[in-house]
Amino acid sequence: MSAILETRGLSRSFRGLQAVHAVDFTLERGEIRALIGPNGAGKTTFVSMLIGRLAPDAGTVAFEGRDITALPDHARVARGMAYTFQITSVFSRLTAAENVALAARRRLGTDRAAVAREVAEALARTGLGDRAEVAAEDLSYGHQRLLEIAMGLAQRPRLMILDEPTQGLAESEIAAFKALIRDLAAETTILLIEHNMGVVMELADRITVLNFGEVLAEGTPAEIHADPRVQDAYLGTERAHA
Amino acid sequence: MSRSLALHLGLVALLLALNFVLPPYAHGNLARVMTLAIYAIGYNIAFGYTGLLSLGHAMFFAAGMYGAGLLLRFTEAGALPGFALGLICGAGLALAVGLLALRTAGVSFMIVTLMFSQAIYLTILYFGAYTRGDEGFVIDSAARVVAGFDLGDSGVRYLVAWALFSAALMFSLWLVNRPTGRVFVAIRENEPRARLLGYDTFRLKLQALVISATISAASGAAYGLLFGYAGASFAGVQYSIFPLLWVLLGGAGTVIGPFLGTLFMFYLIDLSSGITDAYMLIAGVTLIGLTLFAPQGIAGEIRRRFWRALP
Repeated sequence: MSAILETRGLSRSFRGLQAVHAVDFTLERGEIRALIGPNGAGKTTFVSMLIGRLAPDAGTVAFEGRDITALPDHARVARGMAYTFQITSVFSRLTAAENVALAARRRLGTDRAAVAREVAEALARTGLGDRAEVAAEDLSYGHQRLLEIAMGLAQRPRLMILDEPTQGLAESEIAAFKALIRDLAAETTILLIEHNMGVVMELADRITVLNFGEVLAEGTPAEIHADPRVQDAYLGTERAHA
Repeated sequence: MSRSLALHLGLVALLLALNFVLPPYAHGNLARVMTLAIYAIGYNIAFGYTGLLSLGHAMFFAAGMYGAGLLLRFTEAGALPGFALGLICGAGLALAVGLLALRTAGVSFMIVTLMFSQAIYLTILYFGAYTRGDEGFVIDSAARVVAGFDLGDSGVRYLVAWALFSAALMFSLWLVNRPTGRVFVAIRENEPRARLLGYDTFRLKLQALVISATISAASGAAYGLLFGYAGASFAGVQYSIFPLLWVLLGGAGTVIGPFLGTLFMFYLIDLSSGITDAYMLIAGVTLIGLTLFAPQGIAGEIRRRFWRALP
């Protein structure tokens, strides 16, 4: 396996507060990695620097071996990264199909037939096939989350960053989501920022735990599950601060 | 042929047919409305489709008008090169202004475009020796001839206005159905999302602004050439507000809306000034009524109620 994404010494602070501090992080091609941590651990700051929504104070980000630290967000996406928003961010007045078509068109351009195929496939895989002509704002919350993922699929990214994808989903929807991610893992590398431990333990090949802006632990779900430092961080006992 | 193409071609055909039946006064009015509707179509690309609320589009209208007018005033170049120069001036100005103004968004963008436009207005006044400032200048009718056709002749004027308007309308319809036009809408709806789909939104907004300005300049150049006059009032704040009003009334983000809005506003003022000197009062009340009961404009309301796929 080779690294698809690497950060070295990645740091960012807000008004003197270190949100992310000197994080070295390596993501292998083809894996499903979960990024977890208590609230305020710096997860969102960290992934925002990966996709380029936020500039780091120090450190570098490399994608497929090339330094992309200086690239703006849209250029990173154009190179094969995709990002789905934690807070649903779809084009609410456009139809589901048009939302996905916008995601597909950057790659496929004016080839209308290819775009239509891609849209149909992405909607079918996320179970939105019968909602294609519904305006995104008229979809249920769970369906909007799935639409986000369909937009990710249609970009055919080599790395997909999913920020809290199961937030607000019903149990039945979460089950379908898990099946979709397993299916997807054959095509792309997945970085999953997730609160739901059930989802993380079941899906992830490896888990990285952030705490106070630093990598606290990294390992297989079993290793992380057994790690006393991780338990402390989540339970907030004295030792976590020591 | 799709319904939307049929609708827009139908409008084009109707306007051509009206050339042969309208009485002289309405005939002249409609030529003027079509010329100004080109301006509204241009403004709609930036505002209606891309969400760029500019308060300075008069500078692009004036760039076209003075680009054409000054060339004809000081050289023997002729009307067609004048028209072409007008377009180049509008596009060039939009490129320069856009590179600076598009670093801002929202209210700041409104203010920056307003300021740039005022700077152009004051520049026209400052070079009064060439532009004759507020008073303006008449573009010599001898220069306003293309291939033997006198642009000042009412029949020719109508047909030229019709041809340019039709070209702008059909171009606009074509553009908004293209992938580029769809991305303009995506930027209007949710720019951060569009960026994270990999679109360079700054470059695309600049593209939208240049297209918008070039069409606006075409309107300005056509107005100067068809009606034979260029004056600084066309570069004033009022002429930046007009296209915004026309587009809002007709339906922002619809292809046909700018024409409907321009026509409606023109006749609203024309008819109410026939009733009373306080015609702005009637116009104002009507505008308030329309904003209350059809906030998305005439075509926007049609789209909402009857025809969701209207482009």
